[in-house]
Amino acid sequence: MKKHVIVIGGGPAGMEAAGQLIKNGYDVSLFEKDKTTGGHLNEWFKLFPDRRAGSEVLDYYKNLISGKDLKIINSTVVEKVGQSGGSLTVSTKEGIEHTADAVVIATGFDLFKSTRKEEYGYEIYDNVISSADLEAMFRKGAVITSEGKTPKNVGFVHCVGSRDEKVGNLYCSKLCCITAVKQAIEIKEHVPGTKVYCFYMDMRMGGAYYEELYREAQEEWGVNFIRGKVSEVSESINNRLIVKVEDTLAGRPLKMELDMLVLMAGMEMSEAGKKLASLTGLKTGDNRFFSPADHHYGSNRSNISGIFYAGACTMPMNITETISHARAAVADVIDYLKDSKR
Amino acid sequence: MKIEGKRAIWSEYQKEIADDKYYYVRSCIRQNFFPGSEVAFLKIMREELKKDVHEHPCHTTCSGIGYHGDVVPVETAMTVVARQFALMTEAGYTNYVPSCITSFGLYTEVLETWHHFPDVEQKVRQQLKKATGREFEVPKNLAHASDIIFKFRKEIAAKAKYKLINKNTGEPLKVVDHIGCHYAKMFPSKGVGGAEYPYVLAGMVEEWGGEVIDYPERRHCCGFGFRQYLVQANRGFSVACSKEKFESMQPFKPDMIITNCPGCPMFLDRWQYVINEMEGKRYGKDGEGIPVFTYEEVAGLILGYDPWDLGLQMHQTDCEPVLEKMGIDYNPDMKYEINGTITKVNSRVSLSI
Amino acid sequence: MDKFGFAISQQRQIDFEANRRDIAEYISEKEPSFRVCIECGCCAATCTTGNFTPFSLRELLILLKRGENDKVRDNINKCMLCGKCTLVCPRGVNTRNVISLAREAFQDRIKNAV
Repeated sequence: MKKHVIVIGGGPAGMEAAGQLIKNGYDVSLFEKDKTTGGHLNEWFKLFPDRRAGSEVLDYYKNLISGKDLKIINSTVVEKVGQSGGSLTVSTKEGIEHTADAVVIATGFDLFKSTRKEEYGYEIYDNVISSADLEAMFRKGAVITSEGKTPKNVGFVHCVGSRDEKVGNLYCSKLCCITAVKQAIEIKEHVPGTKVYCFYMDMRMGGAYYEELYREAQEEWGVNFIRGKVSEVSESINNRLIVKVEDTLAGRPLKMELDMLVLMAGMEMSEAGKKLASLTGLKTGDNRFFSPADHHYGSNRSNISGIFYAGACTMPMNITETISHARAAVADVIDYLKDSKR
Repeated sequence: MKIEGKRAIWSEYQKEIADDKYYYVRSCIRQNFFPGSEVAFLKIMREELKKDVHEHPCHTTCSGIGYHGDVVPVETAMTVVARQFALMTEAGYTNYVPSCITSFGLYTEVLETWHHFPDVEQKVRQQLKKATGREFEVPKNLAHASDIIFKFRKEIAAKAKYKLINKNTGEPLKVVDHIGCHYAKMFPSKGVGGAEYPYVLAGMVEEWGGEVIDYPERRHCCGFGFRQYLVQANRGFSVACSKEKFESMQPFKPDMIITNCPGCPMFLDRWQYVINEMEGKRYGKDGEGIPVFTYEEVAGLILGYDPWDLGLQMHQTDCEPVLEKMGIDYNPDMKYEINGTITKVNSRVSLSI
Repeated sequence: MDKFGFAISQQRQIDFEANRRDIAEYISEKEPSFRVCIECGCCAATCTTGNFTPFSLRELLILLKRGENDKVRDNINKCMLCGKCTLVCPRGVNTRNVISLAREAFQDRIKNAV
């Protein structure tokens, strides 16, 4: 009889793991809390650094998982994984139990809620938006202010909810810097002539071709980078945003008026993941993400035998890393199920 | 601007405020700056709201002014604070209500310090016992006097004779709410509405018919800050802070400023005169200043108290434009009346020299 | 006016709206590599003038970008155009040309003003 593997989460990590497990001949069920699979990728218009359409990656997943024996169970929240004898029991929020020989957790991340950085006035000042809101504008093809006008000056605040002791997140979300660079270029593409300013603490351009895109943003698109963290945002009588920042390279405070300010929201352990961790007894780190058995050679294994991790539920990851991590999880699952004693 | 966003933040910063039996402690400087304010608070609490408010004759400075002026070490400040708590305990009260924002900030800081470092509290207890023979309980509830007025803002509105509404136009008065830095910037969770969008004064203004202005330099310090004002050479920095705020609020055409700190109304009021003297600039409508009030004065005006009983003649920037707009029945000739004698003073002393 | 024994302090803030950045724009157009400067300071570290006189090319470049032109105009002629800054720049900014263009722009502006 085929071994049954349950994958929790239908974003890129979960779809990748499920698709590869099917290829390897397992009976696979994929649980997704939303109505459809795809996760955050559904929201993203274009991907960095090559700015290919997010939909192309979704197409890849369609080919990978559709028409196969994969059972996709949408709109279902998994709350707990229990152990009984040699097998695992996956319980949904509705209290339905499913038995599995192995479980892959791919619950991903939640985008940081920018309202928590009160000083930036998200959901208070009309033209303060999040990076996700801007992607939605790109998908619609209209970058406009709340007054329906074309913005002439747009700012980006890096590290919103990342590297910030005040919101309890000491870690770097890793993808926001390059996302800001990508979105800054896209603003220039959508609204030529707009001036764009990125306010950063450090430019963390660690991925392949990130630094090159940063340079392109400066050289070809004239995006301005100002080193300093925005301390507060307010609204002028003309409904323009006023940002205060220390221009750390000039060594003086700087005040600027903008038509739109984009907050580069970081990544946090998902709420669903948190609940799953506490009810299942899975270890989490100081950063609240799932804590793998070993950060060097066991990044897919959990502290419970038979439960594995894939993707951004363990740390902030980009799509490329997520796919690699999910495939590595599958390798660990195969290895685990090979052992006939289980 | 979306007010719902602010309401969401306000709903997260609710604090517990006792509803009766208050131990009230006065400010060192408010009785000189705005002598009617604390009297008005007591009158409102005792006569309008029928609350028990106790004052102790042995109360002294909390020493916060010295602490923030770099002349009193924190351990000394803590021992002085411990003595105030001992007086409260001896009087049989548990709800501590300071009139001063810096006192409130210091009390909060001391209680937080003791909470995290119980050994420091023990040391202070020993010092107080040795020095005075007194013992104390920490307050069950610590609230600034403006928190108390905020709590009863609806009851005050129900008894109001006037509203913060321009009687000629029917429009709400545009009000700048200025919160003392030591109210919530150090401990946001201890202030009504938090530190970024404080609600303590905005709630009063809303309830009493006015409209709060959100201007860019809303969060900026008034410029008091103790050490920069106390040294004459630094006063240019102090006045520049107030000026920054006036420049920022002017386009919104505010009718008045409401404050909850001892220093802020003093400086926002007096510096308008100084700026006018030095640079010939005024920030109100028609070449007038922008009247500055304490929240007790505003509550008193709403309740129909006589402006001169409230001490509004002590303001350097004339308060009359607001009295006129609100339609308050008052006698301009009695502005400088002392014990039945009207002192001859130019009634437009503030900005018209 | 020092009426009360003190003068009102001036704002230290860079007022981005008030400042003119036409000189920086002029340089960017003629020497696009100016835009990729990341203010690492390698130029200033190696600069002969900067090591012996109060002159920092790094500082002058950022001030140009912010439109704080007065200090740049007063100092830009201290450069001896040796070209060492261009030699060491990791971003390939033609700093030597940036300086020449800045001098040119300031002179043109003075001429136009006259």
